[in-house]
Amino acid sequence: MELNILWFILVGVLFTGFFFLEGFDYGVGMLLPFIGKNDVERRIVINTIGPFWDGNEVWMITAGGALFAAFPHVYATMFSGFYMALFLMLVALILRGVAIEFRSKDESFKWRSTWDWMIFIGSTLPALLWGVVVTNLIQGIPINSKMQYAGTFFDLLSPYTLVGGVAFLLVFLFHGALFLTLRVEGELIERSRKAAVKIGLLAALVFLSLVGLTYTNTDLFKSELASSALWGAVVIFVAGYVLLWLKRFGWAFAMSGLAIAFTTIAFFSGLFPRIMVSSLNPTWSLTIYNAASSAYTLKIMSFAALALVPIVLAYQGWTYWVFRKRVTTKKLEY
Amino acid sequence: MEEVLLARWQFAITTVYHFLFVPLTLGLSVLVAVMETMYVRTGNETYKTMTKFWGKLFLVNFIMGVVTGIVQEFHFGMNWAEYSRFMGDIFGAPLALEALSAFFLESTFLGLWIFGWDRLSKKMHAACMWLVAFGSNLSAFWILVANSFMQSPVGYALRNGRVELTDFIQVITNPYVWGQFPHTILGGLVTAGVFVTAISAYYLLKKRHLPVFKPSIKIGLACMLVSTLLVMGTGHLQAQFLAAKQPMKMAAMEALWESSDPAPFAIAVVVDEQNKKNSFEIGIPGALSFLAYNKFSGEIKGINELQAAAEKKYGPGNYTPNITQSFWTFRIMVLSGLWMMLMAALGAFFFYKKQLEENPFILKLLLWSLPFPYIANSTGWILTEGGRQPWIVVGLQKVSEGVSTNVTSTEIWISMIGFTVLYGALAAVAIYLVHKFIMIGPMDEKPVLSVLTKKKEATLWN
Repeated sequence: MELNILWFILVGVLFTGFFFLEGFDYGVGMLLPFIGKNDVERRIVINTIGPFWDGNEVWMITAGGALFAAFPHVYATMFSGFYMALFLMLVALILRGVAIEFRSKDESFKWRSTWDWMIFIGSTLPALLWGVVVTNLIQGIPINSKMQYAGTFFDLLSPYTLVGGVAFLLVFLFHGALFLTLRVEGELIERSRKAAVKIGLLAALVFLSLVGLTYTNTDLFKSELASSALWGAVVIFVAGYVLLWLKRFGWAFAMSGLAIAFTTIAFFSGLFPRIMVSSLNPTWSLTIYNAASSAYTLKIMSFAALALVPIVLAYQGWTYWVFRKRVTTKKLEY
Repeated sequence: MEEVLLARWQFAITTVYHFLFVPLTLGLSVLVAVMETMYVRTGNETYKTMTKFWGKLFLVNFIMGVVTGIVQEFHFGMNWAEYSRFMGDIFGAPLALEALSAFFLESTFLGLWIFGWDRLSKKMHAACMWLVAFGSNLSAFWILVANSFMQSPVGYALRNGRVELTDFIQVITNPYVWGQFPHTILGGLVTAGVFVTAISAYYLLKKRHLPVFKPSIKIGLACMLVSTLLVMGTGHLQAQFLAAKQPMKMAAMEALWESSDPAPFAIAVVVDEQNKKNSFEIGIPGALSFLAYNKFSGEIKGINELQAAAEKKYGPGNYTPNITQSFWTFRIMVLSGLWMMLMAALGAFFFYKKQLEENPFILKLLLWSLPFPYIANSTGWILTEGGRQPWIVVGLQKVSEGVSTNVTSTEIWISMIGFTVLYGALAAVAIYLVHKFIMIGPMDEKPVLSVLTKKKEATLWN
């Protein structure tokens, strides 16, 4: 296989892993102030993602690094073009990271409550912004002939991309609520289930509008793979919701994860072979060819990725095995 | 032009701030792993208490390094997009490898370490901290590979208007990185050694928790003694390498305007950058030649000659870094290093004589040595990066050519002020926490869950 294509797939895999894993992290973070009614419960909610969240965030860092290594022009255009969006995201991620670490380090009510809301903001904003970013990639942004972003921050906000942001946010919320049903005990399970039931319905509606707007605003459906993946995502999402009704939480969570994965696949295959679409002139889009690193670099990186990714998957998988038991009040670390 | 200056300031703030936390992560992960290994080997609960106490401080520091590190990765694309286009073929690879081979490792196994005390065997748990230590030090290697290329490019070709990788092995065996990497790792161990020693000295002064902090200070002093010696040694080798590979940086840090043979080592100068001379200077004759070549003769090229040569090669322009800054950052770094070496020797001597506890003067000196590793780490990097100016990649791209062209100065102002305020606030919180933990001291296990009253919770959260 051509290495440019391999790297497009690898970047897609990294983003899929990122959205799947950080999806429930963000969801849990957003639900924290609502599901956790007192300090013990909030600690439980945080501990459901406690051992995992930092490792999950590395998926995003690796996706960024992979873009830099394999498609440096995309990295340069995207990061300088989405400047203010990424600035907001960084502030959110900083607050979220330190909040998870710091909240238990002091016992005052104000301290903990403040950090809890930081976790909430730090999870909400990135979820929203990633939706805006991804939908912008396929809808097209003003990229000029020199591969430069020629718009402002507000050009990134359109009805379509805002729906994209809200859809990501709600789907992650649903995903996170389902994750909680698997990781908590007693009353909290019921509370998470109820939250998932409510959010799921709303998420389904907004997600369907996203699909509709994607049809009218982008050329995603021209790709057969993309359109079947997106319809697949819709069907899987609905199946997840039905399974939630049947209280088959494990299966429902698997479905919400799969729906996220299928959506990511749909957007990536809809983009292919472009990575960033130019709204000014289709020939100015950044593609896996004009934005790529040299064949030699791609080759070196391919060996490295193919050797390292399975190892990472193995030990991250093992972590989930180690912490497979539900978080209880009896043994509450931190 | 304003964007270039702002972007440089922002990068300086981001990097220096990030690197306040990184060296301690590099070194303290190793020391915590050593402590836990001692616990596993001996079964002595004191070592477990030590592991937990230092581990707690480690975690506060670690998370600060992580969150500021994300900014670091994003910044190359946000503020330095043209640099990223020009260098992506070479620079992106070590960055991606850093994430794949190191960040995953440290973050995943730290999660296991924090939450795995009751779920993993003792050995496995200690192994997790070793993997964290390995991961973080490996990440230092990859980022230094990338930085070394910027200082001394190897294994590349100029093609398609950018630098392209031609030999990956050359890039990772770049002699520059093998000077920088050991020096950085050892700098981390120095930082951790001083950190552990200084805080332990505080407890010995207050005569609190002696069973925990006597063994702690032993580990701290041992680490300090060995690593300060080695860090000096590697620094010396690096300087010799500089004399050969980056003569301008060498001349700048010595404020040596005219080529000299033998060259003196200046102790103090007053630089007159406009007239390209030193208006005041005292030095040791021949000492610089000795430092560079191990003999009291040998020519060291001066700034004026190097500037003329650069103009001939690259066209008119200023190829001289800031001399005053280079000169003094180097000396501050070296003096801090010497001070820490002296402290390590004194501390170790009195410890060996079993008189350390009864010597408040030495203990106070050790306690007040805490800022020095931070000063040395920061000045060292300011020297390294400042001495590279005006190049972003030596000989290939200037800093002014690397900046994003479509990012406005307003945007940079907003993000710079935003980050700086946030960084300031977080630094205050982190210092507050570390201070608080030090005041509380190591404790027996007690539930960390709060003592909040049910009533208060109910009113606010429902």
